[in-house]
Amino acid sequence: MELTLWTYEGPPHVGAIRVAASMRDVHLMLHSPQGDTYADLLFTMIEREGRRPPVTYTTFQARDLGSSTAEMVINSLRESAERFKPQVLLVADSCTAELIQDQPGALALGADLPVPVIPLEMAAYTRKENWGAAETFYQLVRGLLSRQAPPPGTERPPREPGARPSVNLLGPTKLGFRCRDDVVEIERLLSSMGVDVNVVAPLGASPQDLQAIPKADANVNLCPEVSDLTCSWLARTFGMPTITTIPMGWGATRDFIAEVASALGLDIDVDAVGESRLPWYSRSIDSTYLTGKRVFVFADGSHAIAAARVARDEMGFEVVGLGTYSRERARDVRAAAKEYGLEALITDNYLEVEAKVQELQPEMVLGTQMERHIAKRLGIPCAVISTPAHVQDYPARYSPQMGFEGANVLFDTWVHPLIMGLEEHLLHMFRDDFEFNDSVGPSHLGSEGEGARAQDPSSGPGETDGAIVWDFEAEKELKKIPFFVRGKARRNTEKFAVEHGLTTIEVDTLYDAKAHFSN
Amino acid sequence: MSTVIASSEDVHHPGPQTQERGQRAVFCGLTSIIWLHRRIQDAFFLVVGSRTCAHLIQSAAGVMIFAEPRFATAILGERDLAGMADCHEELDRVVSELIARRSGINRLFLVGSCPSEVIKLDLETAAAKLQTKHENRVRISAFSGSGIETTFTQGEDECLKSTVAELPVLEASKQNLIVLGTVSDIVEDQFRRLFDDLGIKDVHFYPGRKAGDLPAVGKGTRVIAAQPFVGETARALIGRGAELISAPFPLGAEGSKAWFEAVAATYGVDEERVQQVLEMPYQRAKRAVSVHRSKLEGKRIHLLPDSQLEIPMARFLSEECGLGINEIGTPFHDQLVMRGELARLPKEVPIVEGQDLDPALSRVRASRPDLTVCGMGIANALESEGLRTKWSIELVFSPVQGFDQAGDLAGLFAKPLARQEILEVGSWS
Repeated sequence: MELTLWTYEGPPHVGAIRVAASMRDVHLMLHSPQGDTYADLLFTMIEREGRRPPVTYTTFQARDLGSSTAEMVINSLRESAERFKPQVLLVADSCTAELIQDQPGALALGADLPVPVIPLEMAAYTRKENWGAAETFYQLVRGLLSRQAPPPGTERPPREPGARPSVNLLGPTKLGFRCRDDVVEIERLLSSMGVDVNVVAPLGASPQDLQAIPKADANVNLCPEVSDLTCSWLARTFGMPTITTIPMGWGATRDFIAEVASALGLDIDVDAVGESRLPWYSRSIDSTYLTGKRVFVFADGSHAIAAARVARDEMGFEVVGLGTYSRERARDVRAAAKEYGLEALITDNYLEVEAKVQELQPEMVLGTQMERHIAKRLGIPCAVISTPAHVQDYPARYSPQMGFEGANVLFDTWVHPLIMGLEEHLLHMFRDDFEFNDSVGPSHLGSEGEGARAQDPSSGPGETDGAIVWDFEAEKELKKIPFFVRGKARRNTEKFAVEHGLTTIEVDTLYDAKAHFSN
Repeated sequence: MSTVIASSEDVHHPGPQTQERGQRAVFCGLTSIIWLHRRIQDAFFLVVGSRTCAHLIQSAAGVMIFAEPRFATAILGERDLAGMADCHEELDRVVSELIARRSGINRLFLVGSCPSEVIKLDLETAAAKLQTKHENRVRISAFSGSGIETTFTQGEDECLKSTVAELPVLEASKQNLIVLGTVSDIVEDQFRRLFDDLGIKDVHFYPGRKAGDLPAVGKGTRVIAAQPFVGETARALIGRGAELISAPFPLGAEGSKAWFEAVAATYGVDEERVQQVLEMPYQRAKRAVSVHRSKLEGKRIHLLPDSQLEIPMARFLSEECGLGINEIGTPFHDQLVMRGELARLPKEVPIVEGQDLDPALSRVRASRPDLTVCGMGIANALESEGLRTKWSIELVFSPVQGFDQAGDLAGLFAKPLARQEILEVGSWS
C-alpha cells in the first residue's frame, strides 16, 4: 500500500485509451465499473478533443457482480462492433475488472465477433499509464504484423535503387507533450533531408496504416515511453533499424539528422538541413545573465534527459537536479545524471520531489504540471516540459519541442519566466526600492507568483538546527540579497561557518563565505 | 414523528417513466471528496483503492487544488492483493504516517473504492481498530465511495450516513433543525440570517465546517434537504426519530421560497411574518433571474444523468426561466427527497432513470436541443457537433442555492447561449 497525494501517471488502461484515441478505426472495449468513464474528460477537457475517445465501458455495478458481468462484456463487445464498426477491437480490463477475472479478452475471442480482436493485459496493480500505452501499441503492431514477418534470420533487402528513403515516426499519442506539433516539425525536417515519412503511429494512424510499417527503412523512436517496445520488436522481427536520438534542442536535432543519414546510408550536410535561432540567441549578450542559473529538471525520461542537455549546453544553465517519475526509464536517467555529476531522483512521489526542490533552492524548475505547482508555492520560476500537463499546455499555436523550431520554442519558453538580465542587476543594486523589488516578481509577468514570494524560503532555521546564530546586522545584510539567491546565500554561509567552526554569523562571515564560494 | 406525506393530489408528475440500463457516463462517489474536503475543514479523506481512484479525483478536480489537499489515496499493490502484505497492517502504517504529517486533522475518513469492495476489505473494522490506537488524537470512520455502489454525489450521502450513529441524542424537551447536504459557506450564512428572522432557532448545517459540528438528533429534530442526493442520510435520521420536511430544493426564487415556507410551516411561524421576511429576498431573486430570462425563454433543454440535480434544475428552468424540457435523465430516483420537486414539474416531461449512453446521445442528436446539461467528458464532443452544453459539475461546485444565488444559477445556463450570440468566429450550426 502506497500513500499517494498526486499521481504523475494514470493507471495502465488510460495508456490503452490514449493509443485508441490517437488512432482511427480502432475501438476499445474496457471492462470497468461505473466511474472509470472519467477518463473521457482527459481527452475532451485537457486536450479539447471534439469527440469522446473511442471506448465503450461496461460500467458494471455491485448488483451485476457474480451474475451478469460476463454477459455485460459480451453485450458491450457486440454493440461496439456493431455501432462503431472498427477495423480492430481492443479489449481490456481496468483495475477492478482485473480482480473479478471475467477474462474479457478470452470472451471476445470466443464471441465470434465480425471484427479482429486484440486482447490486452493491463496489469493495473503493478504498472502505470505509459507502460499501458507502450503495451497497447506493441500488441496492436505485433497483432497486425506478425503474419508478415519474414523467417528469423532473414537479411533485410536493401532499398531499391532510385526509391526514396523513408522512416516511420513511432510513439506520438494524444495527451503526449506537444506530440501534434512535434510530428509536423519532424516531418518537415525529414522532408528537407529528402526522407519520406511512411507511417506516423499511433497518432492519426488506422490499423491498415500500421500494416505498412515494414515498408520503411527505419523507425524513429520519437516517444520511447510509448514506442520503445514496438521499435525493438520491429528491429528483431523485420531487421528495421531504430533511430534513438530524441531531436530536442539544437545539438540533438543535428545528432538526429546525422543518425538518420547514417541509418539510411545518405550523404547529408547537417548544416544544409536547417537552422535554429537558439545558438545566436544564447550567444547574444542579453543572455549572459542566464549563465550558471541553477535549474532543476524533472519529467518523463526522454524529456528530462533532453532538457538537461539543452539547459546546460545550449542555455548555459547549471543543472543542479535531474529526475524522472518513470521507473521504466530510470536507468537512462541515472546514466544521464552522472554526466552532470548528479544522482538522479527517481520517484513518483510528489512530496519527495517537492522536498528536493526545497532543498536545492534552484533558480528555475523545468518540470511537469506537478512541478509547476511546487515552484509556484516556493516562488521559483518554472516552465512545463513534459506530461502530466494541463489544458494550458495544449496551446492553440504551433509550439513544437523538437527540431529546429522546437529549439526556438524551448529558448523562448524557458527564458520567459525569468527576471530579465538588467532588471536582475537593478534589483541587486536597489534592494530597498519600494516600487521595484524582488518580491513583486518579473516585471513582464504581472503578479504571477507574488503570493508565494511572500514566504521567504531563506527565512527560518537552515539545516544547522540552530547550532549557528545569525547576528542582527548579518541577518539584515542577508535580506539585501535578492530573493532568488538568498536561500543559497544563507545555506552557503552556514556551511562556511560550520566548516570554520563559527557559531555566530556576522556581516564579515557572510562576505567571507561569498568570496569562498565564488571561486 | 414520521415523514410529512404530501397529499396525493400534490403529486402531478409520476417520476421516471423509463428505466435504462447500459453504459453509464457518471463519476463515482469518490468525486464527492472534492467538495467535502473543502467543506469540512479539519477532515481528511483517505481513499483505499487503486491508481485509477487517485487519478480520477485529481482529474475531476480539474484544476489541481494545490494547497496540500486533505485527501489522498492508499494505493493497493500486487502484494496487498496477493495477501503477501496484511492490508490492515499496511493501512495502520499509512494512517500513522498521515496523522504524523498532518497535525490539524481531527477526523479521518477511510473511503472504500471499487477494488477495496471487490476484495472485501472491511474498512469499518479497520477504522474501529485504528480508532483504538489513535483514540485521543483523531476520530476515524469509514464509508464507501466506490463506483460499483455510488454515483458522483452519492459519495456525500454515504459519508454523512456513516456519521449519523455518532450524533448525540437530542433531549426530549428540545427542538432543532438540520439542513442536510453541503452548501457553500456563503449560502449557509444567508440561510442562517433568514432562519433567525423567521425566529427558527437551533439550526445545524450538516456537514458543518468542522468535523466536530455534529448536531443532536431525536424526536424534536426536523430535517430539510438542501441537496437532492442525501436520501439515505435522511432515512437514517428518520430512523433516529427525526421528521423530514418535504419541499422542493432551494433553487431559484420559487424553490427557495417554497423551501423556507415549508420549514416555517412545520414550526408554525406566523404566515404574515413569513411573507415579511421572505418578500424582499424573493423579489430580489426574481429580478436577478429575469435578467437572464430573455436568453432562456422558449429554448429547449436536455439534461443527461449526472449529479442528481437534474430534476430540480429542470423544475427551476421550466418554472422560472420558461425553458421547454426535452428529457430529464437521472442516475437514480429517490422518491423520498424528490416528492416536493415532482409536484411542481409539468406532468408530461419524460424522466429516464439510469443510463445507456450511446442511445441517449442519439436522442440528443436527433432532437438537437438548444442546451444539453451533461458531464465534462461529453460536453466538448457535443459542442463540436454544434450543440450547446452546460457541464453539470459546475452546478455542484458553485454556490447556487437560495434567493441570492438564483440569478447566478440562471446565468450558468444563459452563458453558453450568450456566448453563441457574441462569437463571430467559426460556427455552431
